[in-house]
Formats: sequence, structure tokens, C-alpha cells
Amino acid sequence: MPFGVAFGIASADAGLTTWQTSAFSLLVFAGSAQFAAVEVISSGGSALAAIAAGLLLNLRSLAFGVAMTSALAGPWWKRAAWSHFMIDESTAVGSAQSERRWRRYGYLCAGLTIFVTWNLSTLIGAATLSSGGELVTTWGIDATIPAAFLALLWSRLADVDQRRSAVAGGLIALALVPFAPPGVPILAAGVGALAGCRQPRERGAP
Amino acid sequence: MTATVVLLGLAAGTYGLKSLAPLLLGGRALPRSVAWLVSLLPAAVLAALALVSTVARDGGAALDARLVGLAAAAAALAARAPFVAVVVVAAGATALTRAVF
Repeated sequence: MPFGVAFGIASADAGLTTWQTSAFSLLVFAGSAQFAAVEVISSGGSALAAIAAGLLLNLRSLAFGVAMTSALAGPWWKRAAWSHFMIDESTAVGSAQSERRWRRYGYLCAGLTIFVTWNLSTLIGAATLSSGGELVTTWGIDATIPAAFLALLWSRLADVDQRRSAVAGGLIALALVPFAPPGVPILAAGVGALAGCRQPRERGAP
Repeated sequence: MTATVVLLGLAAGTYGLKSLAPLLLGGRALPRSVAWLVSLLPAAVLAALALVSTVARDGGAALDARLVGLAAAAAALAARAPFVAVVVVAAGATALTRAVF
């Protein structure tokens, strides 16, 4: 919920209209990717760079889909409709159930609940900011965007391979900022993920 | 205009990724190495976004009060503060730094 408000603010700050901001939350419905795309737009990056940055973060929904496929079995149009609610939380709630029927139920309940709150809170955030631009720097609202990215990253840092990936990605991006066009450092950072890819036996787990 | 193109492109691409497995792959699993790489990507990209959005300004880079905000956010996260508190602390620290200097 607060994260949705933060997205609404960031999106309005990037110059998107309230309609565009709401359409992002309705049609994309993937928090971190929406944030990333809006950040690239705000920094003056190309549309292609903004889309690519969002998709790089969303590649993981491919893995969510694989995890939830058996729970979502049914006619194709149902599978097509349910797929829209494929996010971290719905996959986590769904996967936690043991019976197939409950996996589907958990997935849908979590997905739909978050869909509603995410869109309402986006609207609140967008409406809040569109009422005053001066506030952004005086109140330090521009600093909430890096803080939101850091908050999204934080829970991942418990794992050593995730830490390696984050450090490598961060360094690559910082090194490119002075030279590369806006958005490109973010995309190049994806290569940093390779730093976390060690041989399974190195990890000491099968 | 850019925003609308991004909106439509990202919506289509995201839906494609979400629905690929349920609609087309059936029960097939991703190759192990691909699944692992995919799980590591967000950390690299999110770290880049956090740092770049801290230093980027008008097409170049600048170190300013936002850096204090990021450090404050990290401290709040280390203290297990909830999301709202993290964001408020970051904004507050940045605003305070601007007011003082």
C-alpha cells in the first residue's frame, strides 16, 4: 500500500499524467518494473531503455509462471486472465499451499487483493503530487525514489550470491553514468547478475 | 508520448512473461542455470537503480543531499524499519541537509 503511493508520487514527479500513472498500475501490475521504467523516463532515457529496464526486472515472472502453472490449470481464457496477477506475493501465497485447489485460491486471493490496493494507492500518490511541484525538493521527496529501490533490494541481500550480483550491478552502473545515455547504465547492470552465478558445487548446495 | 509508448510496451512485455508458462510451456521447468540467473537479475538492476537515481541529475551526475538520504534509508533498513519509515527518514534527512547547507 505505501509502496503504491510512492510509485504514484514518483510517476507524477517524472511528468506522467494521473491517467498514465494509473494505466501503468492497471496494465503492467508489477511494482518494481513500473518504478524502474518511470525512473528511466524521468532521467531522460529512451522509451526502449525504459521498457528494457522494466522487463529485466520482470524476467522473474517467467519463473513465477512456471511455479504456478499446475495450480492454474483450466481453459486457456482462464489461464490468460489469471496470469495478469502473477506477482511475487501471489506466487508466494499460492506456493505455500499444499493442495492444488488451495494453491489456486491463495494465488487469486493475494493477487486480486493486491491489485485493488496497488491501484488505489497509486491513484492517491499521483493525486498527492500533482497538486504541488515545489514540494519535491524542499521536502526531499526526490530522495524517496532511491530509498524505495534500496528497500526493494534489501531483503535480497541476505544471500551471498544476491549480494555479489547487487555489488557488481551497482558498480557497473555507476561507472557508466558519466558516459552512457540515461537508462543504459541500468541495463548494463544486468550483466552484474553473472557475478552471482557460481558453480553449484562452489555454493555447497546441490 | 514516451510515457505512453513505455506503458504499452512494458504492459505487453510483462504480460508475455507472466503468461508464457501458464499458456504455452505447460508444466515444463526452466533450465537450472536460467532460473538461477533470472533470480539474480533483480538484485543487480535494483542496486543500479538505487545508486543511479541518487547521483543522476539533468543527464549528468551530481553528489548532493540525496546521498545523505540514501545513507539514512540504509540505516533505517538495517534497523528493520517498515517501508513508510524508510522513505520518510530518507526524505527527512535529505530535506534537513538541504535546509542546513
